[in-house]
Amino acid sequence: MPLTLAEKLCAKAAGREAVAPGEIVTARVDLAMIHDSGGPRRVEPMLKELGVGIWDPSRVVLITDHYVPAVDAESAAILDLTRKFARRQGVEAFYDMQGICHVVLPERGHLAPGMFVAGGDSHSTTGGAFGAFMIGIGATEMAGVLATGEIWVRVPETMRVEWTGRLGHGLAAKDIMLFLCGRLGMDAANYRAVEFDGDAVRALPMSERMVLTNMAAELGAKVGLVPPDRTTIDYVTAAGARLGGRVGADWERWRSDDGATFAETHRFDAGALAPQVAAPHSPENAADVTAHGTVAIDQAYIGACTGAKLSDLHMAAAVLRGRKVAKGVRLLVAPASARTTQQAAADGTLAALTEAGAILLPSGCGACAGYGAGILAENEVCISATARNFKGRMGHGTSKVYLGSPYTVAASAVAGRIADPRALLAERSR
Amino acid sequence: MTASASLAAENTLAATATGHAWVFGDNVDTDVLAPGLYMKGPVSELAKHCLEALDPRFAREAQPGDIVVGGSNFGMGSSREQAAMALKALGIAAVVAKSFARIFYRNAMNLALPVLVCPEAGAIAAGDRLVLHAAEGRLDDLTQGRAFACEPIPPHLLAMIADGGLLPHLAKKLGARA
Ligand code: SF4
Repeated sequence: MPLTLAEKLCAKAAGREAVAPGEIVTARVDLAMIHDSGGPRRVEPMLKELGVGIWDPSRVVLITDHYVPAVDAESAAILDLTRKFARRQGVEAFYDMQGICHVVLPERGHLAPGMFVAGGDSHSTTGGAFGAFMIGIGATEMAGVLATGEIWVRVPETMRVEWTGRLGHGLAAKDIMLFLCGRLGMDAANYRAVEFDGDAVRALPMSERMVLTNMAAELGAKVGLVPPDRTTIDYVTAAGARLGGRVGADWERWRSDDGATFAETHRFDAGALAPQVAAPHSPENAADVTAHGTVAIDQAYIGACTGAKLSDLHMAAAVLRGRKVAKGVRLLVAPASARTTQQAAADGTLAALTEAGAILLPSGCGACAGYGAGILAENEVCISATARNFKGRMGHGTSKVYLGSPYTVAASAVAGRIADPRALLAERSR
Repeated sequence: MTASASLAAENTLAATATGHAWVFGDNVDTDVLAPGLYMKGPVSELAKHCLEALDPRFAREAQPGDIVVGGSNFGMGSSREQAAMALKALGIAAVVAKSFARIFYRNAMNLALPVLVCPEAGAIAAGDRLVLHAAEGRLDDLTQGRAFACEPIPPHLLAMIADGGLLPHLAKKLGARA
């Protein structure tokens, strides 16, 4: 029987030939990813209560990102506990202040096609860009995974989203996802897998595919998937993933079979897409950038797993090079990982950003989760390259957050109000 | 787990929950259930701010046994389990909604906070007196004199909640293996 990619990945993890949507199966976990917020501080007491350790420390990746760098006694204590946990439990893949989990995980070669991964964070769907079945779970569930190496999963139906054509200049994967949130709604893919495909998707580099699968979470998806191809394999090989080891060598089989059953299929033309901006307080409030009129901003934020990778900083720099951030506006940039910072320093991107007036912040979740530096005061307005603009998420409950691509955020920082990046980019090429 | 604890856990399902309805709309997210500003502190403190962005009365006035009623996609957003823990800390007996975000659904069940899909949840009014029969999947609205059907909880989760949640359930399983 023809299977979807999601069904194949579930079947493999369950040790079965085939599975059908709706079936509940027990999956063996290839890898578990935890971070400082939902990780050790929550799971360690539970493991103690169960009287067990980690089932296989070599299959656990621990990352500090939510509370770094420590800003008060509480966050310092959380980080201290996290570091001690790594030592006590023998977790060797411990990345302390190296960047945001969803970016660090593939960057350091921990993901490859065919894997089944449990992540202690809702944007764990990001891992599907690499052809892995990666789901987000809560802390108690993670304690169960760490204790047993297993988790139950209901095999999801698949929603296929095809993008044909090519994205225009000044557009990015973020525009695709904001458009989908607006068009399909925040629960369009609840309990489902979303599989992204089509020429426009195939043309995207891994960092942009990661935006698609990251924000599949905003559609409610269990997993977001991009079938692996040469681009994927080149990335994971360069990152040092162990192809030919326990996972990955058979990557060509990780795609949906011809004739597989999809619950829904959507087709869109990337060439017809305009830059998207989501109004407060939901990604679902997305519309063409021009539909938002003149909204003045106090802050522009380029940060988060979905908005501050090297390619995102390149987009911002393309707009900002030779320009200045508007008076009275602060542009904050928190590169997604330490490696991103190194690369952006080496290729001149950081200089372009800071010369325009951008303020650099440490790598981490920071203002995205409202935990760290850069949070908003009462009634302040921010445009952000992050994934969520729920009420009060980035600071005060009355603050207003608009979402846009790094191009759009940078253009808005220059204009002092929400602005279409295409005009600035066109001026440049003239 | 001790015998008395397991008995108490079973009671949460077998016995009926009786309380008043707190009604919220669609897409109630985890940032309003567990605001980031209070995530570093203890859950008892965080719970005081649960849903305050939508209804400041909720955390102050909710009584043990009360039931939260949501629209579609209740609990969307983050994987933070504190979203369900905060409701539990306030004594909320159950959440019924038209649909749930998947991580919230699992988190709540793992903590033995019953969450039930009730297609007609939209008909329940704020303050209605409700009696929930979780195991049977029936919600009686005493104020309106109507009964609403809820989707049955899958058997493997029913067994887990009966044990008091994922941890006691695992403790039992691991104990049995040893
Ligand atoms: S950057 Fe934001 S979206 Fe990404 S993991 Fe951190 S808090 Fe979540």
